[in-house]
Amino acid sequence: MDNKTRNIYLIPYVLWIVLFVIAPVLLILYYSFFNVEGQFTFENYEKFFTPVYLKMTVSSFWYAFLITAFSLLIAYPTAYLLTRTKHKQLWLLLIILPSWINLLLKAYAFLGIFGTYGPANALLEVFGIGTQQILFTDFSFVFVSVYIFIPFMILPIFNSLEELNPSFIDAARDLGASAWTTFRRVIFPLTLDGVKSGCQAVFIPALSLFMITRLIAGNRVITLGTAIEQHFLVTQDWGMGSTIAVFLIIAMAIIMILTGNRK
Amino acid sequence: MKRNGKLSNIYLFIVFIILYAPIFYLMYYSFNSGGSMHDFEGFTLEWYKEVFQDTRLLIIVLNTFVIALLSAAISTILGVLGALAIMYVRRRQVKNTLLTLNNVLIVSPDVIIGASFLILFTIIGIKLGFTSVLLSHIAFSVPIVVIMVLPKLQEMSPTLIDAARDLGASRWDVLSKVILPFITPGIFAGFFMALTYSLDDFAVTFFVTGNGFSTLSVEIYSRARQGISLSVNALSTLLFLFTIVLVIGYYFINQKGSRAKGMGVRK
Repeated sequence: MDNKTRNIYLIPYVLWIVLFVIAPVLLILYYSFFNVEGQFTFENYEKFFTPVYLKMTVSSFWYAFLITAFSLLIAYPTAYLLTRTKHKQLWLLLIILPSWINLLLKAYAFLGIFGTYGPANALLEVFGIGTQQILFTDFSFVFVSVYIFIPFMILPIFNSLEELNPSFIDAARDLGASAWTTFRRVIFPLTLDGVKSGCQAVFIPALSLFMITRLIAGNRVITLGTAIEQHFLVTQDWGMGSTIAVFLIIAMAIIMILTGNRK
Repeated sequence: MKRNGKLSNIYLFIVFIILYAPIFYLMYYSFNSGGSMHDFEGFTLEWYKEVFQDTRLLIIVLNTFVIALLSAAISTILGVLGALAIMYVRRRQVKNTLLTLNNVLIVSPDVIIGASFLILFTIIGIKLGFTSVLLSHIAFSVPIVVIMVLPKLQEMSPTLIDAARDLGASRWDVLSKVILPFITPGIFAGFFMALTYSLDDFAVTFFVTGNGFSTLSVEIYSRARQGISLSVNALSTLLFLFTIVLVIGYYFINQKGSRAKGMGVRK
């Protein structure tokens, strides 16, 4: 009898899994073996291992790494300081709020801010550096991406800092550890899970950003995401797009395993 | 720690400024009669008028909300069923497999979800447009609802169900009178998350919209690619205000939920 109830709940859910989780991945894999003319071939994989695509993959990883590193560097102190404030839940909500504004609108705002006559250049002018081309550079791409991802880094770190038992810190202090030692030996290792899930939440999307590269980096930066979008929607070469997607899925799986929380 | 107080406040202050600057920058220039995002010339509501007179844009806004509400509602139902299914599975291995499969869409990059759904819909023969967008929004919202509901189910003590059974409740009674009321805060949270994900989504939608159909994100993208137009600013100001209303609403639902379960559960 009990068995029957279980099956009833499982039917729609498993149907969803098969149709929207398993089937899409298999289809991507299947399509990666076809070229533009629709013939079965390993061509795409050979093409992926040419310098053009390898270079793109490496640079894509490099940008994702930079974005993750800067996000972490800014987010960790922010999360830490947030846990020390009064009304921390309210402050946290205020940090999260901008992440609910449509990502494209924020990217669009930077078109104005980083523009030739925008406030960023006005500021540089004040410092005597003079007007620079900020928009459509690597800097603007990394900056805007970090801006967009910071809340996603702060949230898990904040949560793990909240879970940290404060008596550990007191104990470290009582035992004569300096503030830095306490941080390095006690606080940071104990919040590593939060850092890991934060990095996960930033690194993987950063590999596949394509709208920001289009809007802010002016097609100068090409990430794996940009390449997939290009192949699927512009050149209609679904096979090559799928091949890149296969590698992105593999990369994702590796990252998940490396940063996986054992719980 | 105390002597660092000022420095840390300054740091937090700067982070907040940077986080909010672009949003207020957009809002400020939405009132600029000059037509660009620099050199504020004078106050005008012209751009707002333009937004409200743009029938095409209004239809797109309507589309976006219809898709969001429908997909959130359907994915909430599917997600609750899914959470119950995972809950009732006894074998650890099956449970873990289901959970892993559940999380695939959450961690997958949007481009891959978009691209693979594009292939899927083309193969099944679903025309790109309203249906394909709705289906994909349902698809990526289901796991989020599951994630929000499952902890609530696990928090529930099994003795509650046993007690209900002992008192002669039918299976349906147990579900509708014991389980569902208990997990209501999780269901609301899941629905709300699904709603915001759907409203926000760009990348997946971008892949599966055909020519005739568009949502706000896709429309903003194509307008932003053409350069600066202050009607986008006006639109974003309206969206920002709407988001704040949503957040406040969500905050109160959450408050209510936590007050109800606040008796002795966790700190």
